[in-house]
Amino acid sequence: MKNQSVGNRIDYISILLYIVLVIMGWMTIYSASLPLEETSIFDISQIYGRQMLFIGLTIPLILVILFSDAKIFERLSFVFYGVGILLLLGLFVFGVTKKGQTNWYQFGGFGFQPSEFVKTATALLLAKYLSYSQINLKYTKHQIIGLAIVGLPVLLILMQPDAGSAMIFISLIFVLNREGLPSWYFFSGIIAIALFFLSLVIEPFYLIGIVFVVMVIHYIFNRKISRNPIVYGLLYLIMAGFAFSVSYVYDKVLEPHQKDRINVLIGDDVDMKREGYNLNQSMIAIGSGGLLGKGYLEGTQTKGGFVPEQHTDYIFTTVGEEWGFVGSITVILLFVALFLRIIYLAENQKTKFSRVYGYCVATYLFTHFFVNIAMLIKLFPTIGVPLPFFSYGGSSLWAFTILLFIFIKLDANKVNEW
Amino acid sequence: MRKAVLPAVIIITSLLLIVRIFYLQVIDENLKLQSENNAIKKVFDFPERGYIYDRNGKLLVANQPSYDIMVVPREIKNIDTTEFCNLLHITKEYFIKKIEKANVYSPRLPSVFLSQLNKAEYAAFQEKERKFEGFYTQKRSLRDYQVNVGANVFGFITQVNEAILKKNKYYNSGDLIGKQGVEQQYEETLRGIKGVKYLLRDKHNKIIGPYKNGQFDTIAQQGKDLTLTIDYELQKYGTELMINKRGGIVALEPKTGEILALVTAPTYDPALLVGRQRSKNYTALYHDSIAKPLYDRGLQATYPPGSPFKIITGLIGLQEEVIDEQSTFYCNHGANFGRFMKCHCGLHTLQLNNGVYKSCNSYFGNTYKRTIEKYKDSYYSVDNWANHVKSFGLGQFLGTDMPIGSKGLVPDSKMYKRMYNGAKIRSSYIISNSIGQGEVSTSTLQLANMMAVVANKGYYYTPHIVKKIKGEVLDKKFTTKHYSTIDKQYFPPMIQGLADVYNVGTAWNLKVEGLELCGKTGTAENKIRVAGKTYQLKDHSIFVAFAPKENPTIAIAVVVENGYWGNRWAGPIATLMAEKYVTGKITRKDLETTMLNGSLLEEYKRIENIIFQRKVDPTKLQDSLNKIKVEISDAKKEEEEN
Repeated sequence: MKNQSVGNRIDYISILLYIVLVIMGWMTIYSASLPLEETSIFDISQIYGRQMLFIGLTIPLILVILFSDAKIFERLSFVFYGVGILLLLGLFVFGVTKKGQTNWYQFGGFGFQPSEFVKTATALLLAKYLSYSQINLKYTKHQIIGLAIVGLPVLLILMQPDAGSAMIFISLIFVLNREGLPSWYFFSGIIAIALFFLSLVIEPFYLIGIVFVVMVIHYIFNRKISRNPIVYGLLYLIMAGFAFSVSYVYDKVLEPHQKDRINVLIGDDVDMKREGYNLNQSMIAIGSGGLLGKGYLEGTQTKGGFVPEQHTDYIFTTVGEEWGFVGSITVILLFVALFLRIIYLAENQKTKFSRVYGYCVATYLFTHFFVNIAMLIKLFPTIGVPLPFFSYGGSSLWAFTILLFIFIKLDANKVNEW
Repeated sequence: MRKAVLPAVIIITSLLLIVRIFYLQVIDENLKLQSENNAIKKVFDFPERGYIYDRNGKLLVANQPSYDIMVVPREIKNIDTTEFCNLLHITKEYFIKKIEKANVYSPRLPSVFLSQLNKAEYAAFQEKERKFEGFYTQKRSLRDYQVNVGANVFGFITQVNEAILKKNKYYNSGDLIGKQGVEQQYEETLRGIKGVKYLLRDKHNKIIGPYKNGQFDTIAQQGKDLTLTIDYELQKYGTELMINKRGGIVALEPKTGEILALVTAPTYDPALLVGRQRSKNYTALYHDSIAKPLYDRGLQATYPPGSPFKIITGLIGLQEEVIDEQSTFYCNHGANFGRFMKCHCGLHTLQLNNGVYKSCNSYFGNTYKRTIEKYKDSYYSVDNWANHVKSFGLGQFLGTDMPIGSKGLVPDSKMYKRMYNGAKIRSSYIISNSIGQGEVSTSTLQLANMMAVVANKGYYYTPHIVKKIKGEVLDKKFTTKHYSTIDKQYFPPMIQGLADVYNVGTAWNLKVEGLELCGKTGTAENKIRVAGKTYQLKDHSIFVAFAPKENPTIAIAVVVENGYWGNRWAGPIATLMAEKYVTGKITRKDLETTMLNGSLLEEYKRIENIIFQRKVDPTKLQDSLNKIKVEISDAKKEEEEN
C-alpha cells in the first residue's frame, strides 16, 4: 500500500487554491512589469518571462516532494535545522549585503536567502520536538526548549538585521499556544505589542495612568485568578517600565529609517515625497481602484510605475488598482480559504508531527499575507516581506511551494500512519 | 479553545484588511484624485480671446500671439545656464529665483518661467529649445490694443493668482484672466473654454500615450466678441479734454442707459500692460497712490454733488406739493435756517425758474425745509425724502456691468437716529443736504444717471457698457425701465430751468449756437485732514447736462477735482462733449483749445505737498536727487574703468 497512489489521497482543494493564486500572481506581475512593446510571455529578459520560468520549475520540485518518502522530513529535521543554522552563521562571513541587510548568498547569477530555508527547517524541528510523547509544554523546561528552537534563528536573523523575517518566526507563538504553552505567554505578547504602539502614540505618563485605571478595574471584577495585590503591583511596574523603555528606544536607539517607518504609520510629520513616498503611492494605487478597478492592464499608477518595487513586495497594489475592491476581496478570500483549509487538515492529522507542521505552514503563510497587505494600506509599519505566491522572485516562490507541499505530502500520507 | 485562536485571528484580521481596503477604494475619494494628478497629464489648447468693438463697430481690442517659457523643475537636466540666460537676456539670479519658486509651487507641474516673449525672442529660443530639457514654450494670446484710450473700460489680462487658482478649478498656474473692466466682468464670455487633451504618463513624466484613447478630450471653444456701448470718438475726446486734470466723465444715452463714454483721469495707455514690461509698468501704476491711475474716478470716486443736487430738491418739492412753480422765496445773500446759509445768486425774489438757473441756495434751502417739515414725524419725512432721492439711483449700487462701483450715500432716518441719538431732527440740522453739501455723496456715474432720469422725464435704464454679445441676449435688467417717484408733469418746469442755466444762468457763457442744452453747474467743497489738521482745498468743479432739450441723446456728468467752480472746468468739458456727440463738430474752438491745454497739475502738486507735509518745493528736490544719481553713476564708471 505504501506510497502507491499518492494522487488519490492528496488534498486537491489546497492544490487548486495554490494554482489559482500562482496564476493570479503571474497575471498581476505581467501587468506590473509590462513594457511598452509587448513581447512573448516567455521572454526571460522580462520580469514576467522569468517568473513564468520560476513557476515552471516548481513542477519538478512538487513532484520530487510528492514522490519522496514522507518519513524523510521527520527523520532529517535535525539535519535540516543544523544546516540552516550553519547557513545563517555563514552569512556573517560569506553573505552579501543588500540595502543594509546581510541576508543573501550569491552563487554566480543566483541568489539564495537562507532564512527562507530555515523557516521550513524550524517548522520541521519544532514539529519533531513537540511530537515526542513525553513533551508537555506545561513544564518550564519544555517551554524553554520549544521557545529556543524558534528563538535561535530569530536571534541570528535579527543580527543581519532583518526584522521582517524575524517577525515571521515569532509568529510561531501561535503554534506553541495551540500545543499547550500557557496562555499568559500569548497574552503578554499581545499586551506587549499593544503597549508598544500605544506608547508611540500616547505620552508615556498618560499611558501608565490609563494602564493603572485598567488594572484597578480588572482587580475589582476579577473573580477567577489570584487577586494578589503584589502580583498586580509587579505587573504594573513591568508594564510601566516597558512603556518608558519603548519611548526611550524609539528616541535614542532606533535608526532614522526605522523611525521613519513608524512615523509613516502613525502619521507623524511625514514628507510624502521622501520617507512617505512608498506608502503614499501604494495607497493612491489601491485607493484609485474603486469598486470594480480600472480593468486588467489599465492601471494608470501601475503603467506609470509610480509604486516602487511594485512587482515584489508591493504587488498587491496592482490587484487593488486594476481589479478594485471586488478583486482585492477575492484574493483575500482565496488566501483565507487556503489558511483555513490547512488548519482544518492539520487538526485532522493522525500524528502530532504532521499537525504541528501544518500549523506552522498556516501560521507562516498567514503572517506573510497579513504583514504584506497591512503595510500597503497603513495598518502596519513598512516591513519587507513578500506576498506568498504573488510576489516576484524564484527563491520566495520555491520556498513557499516547498513549505506547502511538504504538508500536502504529509497529509496525503496520513493513511499510512498507524 | 486553543484550536480556535489561529482561525479566529485569521478571520478577524482579514476582515480588518477588507474594511480598510473598502474605505480606501470606495469611500475615500481623495486618493482617486491624487491618482489622476499622478498619472494623467492634461495638455491645454487655449482659444483666442474675443475681440472688443465700440458701438459703431470700430475694433478697439484684438489679439496678438505671445509665448511663455514654462518650466517643470524636476525635468531640468544638464543645462548650460550661461547660454540659457544670455539667450533670454536674464540674469543668473533671476534664473535661480524662478526655479526655486517653481519648485515650491510643484516640482512636477509646469510653472511660468518667463512670460510674454515677443516673436523675435521666441524664434531665438525655439531654435535651441531641445537643448534645454525641462523647459518648453506655451503659446498664449495677448491683447493687441488698437486704441490708446479706454484702459479703465477694458481692464487688462494677467496671470491668475493663487487665490483664484484655489477657488476656481478652471484655471491653472500661468493661465491668463481678465482683471478690472469688461475683461473681468465678461471674462467667461471673452475667454471661451480651453480644450483639454488627457495623456498618460509614467513616473518620469514621460508621455506614454493618450488616456483611454482620448475619449475624455475636449475641443477648445472660441471666446465671443463684445460690442461695447462706448463711442470711441467721444471716449477719446473726453480723455483728451481731461489731460492734466483729475476727475471723471460719464456720458449716457438716456433712452437706453448705454454708457457712451466713461473717462477717468489720469489714465494710462492700455498697451502698457502687455508684454514683458507689464509687471514693471503695473507696479508703477499701482504704487502711484496720489494720482491713482488705476482708480476709476467715474465709477468709484464719490463727491458731495453740490448744486446739481438742487434739481432733486426741487423735483421732490414739487412732487410733495410743498412748492409749485409760483412759490416765491426771498434771498438776501442767503437766508436764515436757524443758522445762516450764504448765497451768491444776487437776486431777491426767487421762483423755481430763476432759482434753478441762478442756483439760489435760499430757494432750495426753503424748499427742503418745507419737505422735511411736511410731516410731524421728522424721521418719516427724512425717509420719505430719502426714498425719492434713491429712486434716481443715488445711494445704491446701480448694478452696472462693470466690476466696480460706489454706493455713494443718501442719509436716512436710521443714520440720523444714530447721529442725533434719536432726538427729533430739525430741518436746520440737515439743511446742507438741500444744496448737495450735507451727508449726501454721489459718484459721477450716479450724477449722469440722475440727468438721464430728468432727460427721460421720470425713468432710467440701468447703465451698462456692453451693447451686444455675439449669439447672446442682453441681460434683462438692462432693458427694464426704473421709474423715479416723481410724476412726469413736474419735469418740464425743471427742464426749462436747466435750459435757462445756459440761456441766462450760471452757464450763460457756455451757450452753443444751434443746440439747446440743459445743464447745472456745481461746486463742491472739500477738505483733507493731515496729521490732525484740516486743510481747505480748492473746490471740485462739477457739471451735469443733457442735450438736446427735446429728445435728448446724451446725459453727462463731469467732475474735475479741485477745478475751482462749476463752469470753470467741468462746464466747458461737459458742453464740448455734448456738442461733439450731438452735432459731430465743435463751434467754440477757443474754448476747446483752452480746455485741451489747461492743466491743474500745480494745484495737485500743492495738495501733494500738504499730504507729505513738505516744506521744500518737490520739483527742486527731484532735481537735486537726479544730480546725486548722476554723480554716483559717474563715480561708478570711473571705478570700473580703473
